[in-house]
Amino acid sequence: MLYFSLWKKALVIGVCLLGALFAAPNVFYDAADTAARARTQIALVEARGEAPSPELLAQAARWPSFLPASVLNLGLDLRGGAHLLVEVAVEDVYRDQLVGLWPAARDALRAVRETVGPFRQVEGATDALVIRLNEPTPQAVSAAVAAVQDLAQPVQQGLMGVSGRTFDAAGGADGVIRVTLTEVERAAVLERTMAQSLEIVRRRVDEAGTREPTIQRQGERRILIQVPGIGSAEELLALLGETAKLTFHVVIGQTENPDAAAGAGNVIVPDADQPGAFYIIERAPKVAGENLVDASAGFDQDGRPAVNFRFDTTGARQFGDYTRQNVGKIFAIVLDGEVISAPRIISAITGGSGQITGSFTVEEANRLAILLRAGALPAAITVLEQRTVGPDLGADSIAAGEIATVVAFAAVMIFMVLSYGLFGLFANVALIVNIALLIGFLSAVGATLTLPGIAGIVLTIGMAVDANVLVFERIREELKRSKGVARAIEAGYERALSAIVDANITTFIAAAILFAMGSGPVKGFAVTLGVGVVTSVFTAVLVTRLIVAGWFARARPKVLAL
Amino acid sequence: MRLRLVNQDTHLDFMAIRRWTVGASAALALASLAALFSLGLNFGIDFRGGVMIMAETEQPADIAAYRSALGGLGIGDVSVTSISDPAAELTGAARNAVMVRIGAGDGSDLDAVNVAIRALQASIPTVNILSTDAVGAKVSGELLLSGALAVVLAVVSILFYIWLRFEWQFSLGAVIALAHDVMLTIGLFSVLQIEFNLSIIAALLTIVGYSLNDTVVVFDRIRENLRKFKKMPLADLLNLSINETLSRTLMTSGTTLIALLALYLLGGEVIRGFTFGMIWGIVIGTYSSIFIAAVFLLWTGLTRETVDADAAAGVRFGAPDAP
Repeated sequence: MLYFSLWKKALVIGVCLLGALFAAPNVFYDAADTAARARTQIALVEARGEAPSPELLAQAARWPSFLPASVLNLGLDLRGGAHLLVEVAVEDVYRDQLVGLWPAARDALRAVRETVGPFRQVEGATDALVIRLNEPTPQAVSAAVAAVQDLAQPVQQGLMGVSGRTFDAAGGADGVIRVTLTEVERAAVLERTMAQSLEIVRRRVDEAGTREPTIQRQGERRILIQVPGIGSAEELLALLGETAKLTFHVVIGQTENPDAAAGAGNVIVPDADQPGAFYIIERAPKVAGENLVDASAGFDQDGRPAVNFRFDTTGARQFGDYTRQNVGKIFAIVLDGEVISAPRIISAITGGSGQITGSFTVEEANRLAILLRAGALPAAITVLEQRTVGPDLGADSIAAGEIATVVAFAAVMIFMVLSYGLFGLFANVALIVNIALLIGFLSAVGATLTLPGIAGIVLTIGMAVDANVLVFERIREELKRSKGVARAIEAGYERALSAIVDANITTFIAAAILFAMGSGPVKGFAVTLGVGVVTSVFTAVLVTRLIVAGWFARARPKVLAL
Repeated sequence: MRLRLVNQDTHLDFMAIRRWTVGASAALALASLAALFSLGLNFGIDFRGGVMIMAETEQPADIAAYRSALGGLGIGDVSVTSISDPAAELTGAARNAVMVRIGAGDGSDLDAVNVAIRALQASIPTVNILSTDAVGAKVSGELLLSGALAVVLAVVSILFYIWLRFEWQFSLGAVIALAHDVMLTIGLFSVLQIEFNLSIIAALLTIVGYSLNDTVVVFDRIRENLRKFKKMPLADLLNLSINETLSRTLMTSGTTLIALLALYLLGGEVIRGFTFGMIWGIVIGTYSSIFIAAVFLLWTGLTRETVDADAAAGVRFGAPDAP
């Protein structure tokens, strides 16, 4: 136990140095942080094939380029910012889907009028489209159900997932036909709605130029938005309330000169995907995005990825008239002043729904569908949770956390030396290594440090010495049994191991559960506590032992003052 | 001269007073339950829903001015309390801060937070909003549920782990000790009416982890001694094991308490409730691993046979057996 093979020694020392290497940027927080941001920017700029600006290079040079620069991410509670948890009203979208079915269903039923007779829509139901036949003969009902069911599109949830039809139509003997969305379609609509909502929220927040927002889906239908450095959540809410403008325009021509003469009534807009490409379009849109009710990715007759879209009645009429007169021409789909797509009109689109085909991949079709819908939030959002922390309070918390950490550190170290003398000193070295490893690891993986996270570090400082205490106490006991010093130290490490492992695994279980179940700052606490458990076992079992072994090889003590 | 929390060779008879300690713990646990049902917990807005605003002014806080600014807005019950932080006063970082709580009873009207901020800024020009929290009833209900679930899940999985590594008797003893710690901590929060929020759940889980850490070390020694001393009566053996590990138990509690005390005094107002819960939990957890967990081993009829039977099969780390 007191002998370390060379590779093992190298491994332990290597891990410690690695920890120090990754923890080091935090000591020079501002310089490293600035450099880390500059590095990200430079990588972005260079990916576009441009040369980074001198300021960026100067910022990056504030920290040696061969060293890792990532520092601990500070949580919102430490640096200030706004936190919003919103819920998307997916029910509204389900209802809209059903309402949107009515025109097509009406047309289909009219086509078989001789069989089904007169019919009308029954208002009021929110989870189904209800149609009542005035003459409910069995033939009429089954013909009507068949006619409506025929409108259902095939739908697939997930790449390999369940497939089915978009809706089910069921008729009763009373002549009432209920059209409901299938589970597959509901799941598909949910995914689509959430993806669109996330996309819109992301666009909104990015548009405002805020730095490093976090936008995540939470659970089935919630979105978490965290924006550091924003003073009030109300600003954020106002930002999300704005609607994007989506329009369909006639394309006059294409150009590479943004200052070209567009002609009366025309404007020049850039292409969203190709920098340097511009379209000359008519200023007045032919159809506006408000008239778009749905868009989804699909496939055309030849199996190529395509985007299906649908207009409401007004939009359908406008779009039908326009496409009939302009077959073979290009029209532009413009979002927020940028052309996101410029497809060619293959045939007149009169049914209110159409398909955009092009040379895009499945991902691109998906993105376009999302973008097409991104004009407005697909469903209303309600705020469930709204929190803000001002920068002053965050700075206070950092200062308080720093003082508490330093005091706890010093007090525990003094306590250890008073109790165990030289061995206490060894444990203190291990404690410093432990904290370096902890902070280094958290920095390297980009974990977020919160105030409870700092509490986790302080708690780790207190508990980390436990493994060493177990070993030292055990060595004391073995010494009393009048074994030799070497044998006592070896036995101490051997026999304490079982208790150390069991004791730490239980704490780790608690931390893991806290991580899985906790939210926000509490999660930060779980991360530091859990990582702290691992690093403290490593330092106690390997680092301290390495030090003790090194000391023992040199000093060869006959008696141990422990 | 070394600092010794206890003499190296203690021979305290912990088992002799077990009726007293278990009796006292049972009484305290019952009292905690009684407090929980009569006084309830002072749930923070995380669990109750509502609005909380922390604000400061350059001049000493004028509670009346805050009250009059927020009165008559129709946003529900408003309470304003000033925040004092003795440690911050010493270091000069003190603020003239107040905590405004708006008990939007059903928590449905989160806009109350924006209404209140505008009202404060209009009538107290120098006001600086330090932080705001608004939690809807839907989320607060879920947070409470998932918090309670987390504590139960932690106890169950730990029960399972101990059962895997030791025997069911150990598992039972450990879990009774854990339940005792959790109950007494919740009881204290109920009696003192300290705000019970999300971070207190984190504290509870850490207490569970810590208390178990302590218990496991004692159990580990009991298992070792059960194999070593074949003839010793169980009560004596438990006493011996506790005495042997006493120095370590107190040492670790000591360093942890030192660290937590630093956090409690200097860590600021935001996490004071959390550290308070932790400190209490460490004390209770240390007590329970000595006086509760081990005692239940005695009462569950643990025999050497149960330990020996599994000696070969058990998953063990290290080499606990003496040569």
